[in-house]
Amino acid sequence: MFQNLINAVSVLAIPIIVLVIPVWGYYKKVKVYEVFTDGAKEGFQVAIKIIPYLVAILVAIGAFRTSGALELLAKLLSPVTGLIGMPGELVPMAFMRPLSGSGALGIVSELVTTHGPSSMIGRMASVMEGSTETTFYVLAVYFGSVSIRNSRHALPAALTADLAGIIAAVLVCHLVF
Amino acid sequence: MINIVWLVLLAIGIILSGVKCLGIEQTAAGLTMNPSFEPLQVLTTGLFDSARASVELAFGLIGIMALWLGLMKIAEESGLIRVFARAVRPVMIRLFPDVPPEHPAMGAMLMNISANMLGLGNAATPLGLKAMQELQKLNKIKDTATNAMATFLALNTSSVTLIPATVIGIRAAAGATSPAEIIGPVIVATGVSTTVAIIMTKTLQRLPRFRLPEVDESNGNGSEAGEEA
Repeated sequence: MFQNLINAVSVLAIPIIVLVIPVWGYYKKVKVYEVFTDGAKEGFQVAIKIIPYLVAILVAIGAFRTSGALELLAKLLSPVTGLIGMPGELVPMAFMRPLSGSGALGIVSELVTTHGPSSMIGRMASVMEGSTETTFYVLAVYFGSVSIRNSRHALPAALTADLAGIIAAVLVCHLVF
Repeated sequence: MINIVWLVLLAIGIILSGVKCLGIEQTAAGLTMNPSFEPLQVLTTGLFDSARASVELAFGLIGIMALWLGLMKIAEESGLIRVFARAVRPVMIRLFPDVPPEHPAMGAMLMNISANMLGLGNAATPLGLKAMQELQKLNKIKDTATNAMATFLALNTSSVTLIPATVIGIRAAAGATSPAEIIGPVIVATGVSTTVAIIMTKTLQRLPRFRLPEVDESNGNGSEAGEEA
């Protein structure tokens, strides 16, 4: 039941939003077609503007990933992560998550398939994936789109939040399952 | 900070690949060495691939951006966003005290956060970028993030999620008997990270290191200057 409800929301949300906004607009006497295209025009400029920032961040992350630094880092840190009850298999995932969305998704799929979706590792990986974001990508794209170069405290705050999210995911899984 | 993080990622990646070229391995006979250029060749290909992929990613965004920005504009002009914004106004004012309550930035941020909560990743990014543009109009120093921008970014990266649609999909595909069982834990974990994100931005923004430089208000570099952004 609950499962069906969640599925329904995921499937229905977009069609409903795409229907309701123009219908409501028309009812409010907005020239829906003209206003839509007017707004859509900005899409191109924004996408072009973020390219330099994306290139910078994705090239650095790419170099870091292909070098195997993540695995090395994970190996070095596994004694520490063990202290909070985090299985060693999850350490690369924790480091990959803020760096690369597709990379993290790959790790989660792999962990869920090999250990099973209802194993502790499978569940922890799922919760981590669901409760954190690709911090570096978001930072580059969001700030890049308005040409912000000095991000001030945004990165340290975001990374601390990621760390808190990862620790919370591990602890909550131990409590609930 | 982004400068040093960027440099470290890049430098570690290249240096470590260089070290791997030495091919030092622990075997029964002790340390052996098998030098080869392969790791650095792989790295070089990887660098070019990443650069190309960035542009493909940006181009892939254009269509979705246009779709959501178009819808957003209708929602704005029809007053739909204002209705939503008014409903959660007390929360938004506390989170973003520097943004005027009726400013379009509030509406755009709200839309982005709602899209994130529902797990609508495709919609969240365009709406978030729209919010950044609106926030930039309020920014007096155009290349420096405002307090509101930093808070908004941290909120986004801490991922306020109610329905983690992608993970549920992966779990279902792997044959989970209850793929959605992780929703409760996800909400708790995301709640923790979001709370930490808010506390951290609010605390760090006051530190001398991160404080906004003072701007001379008299030179009229106010919100009008935001048009060029």
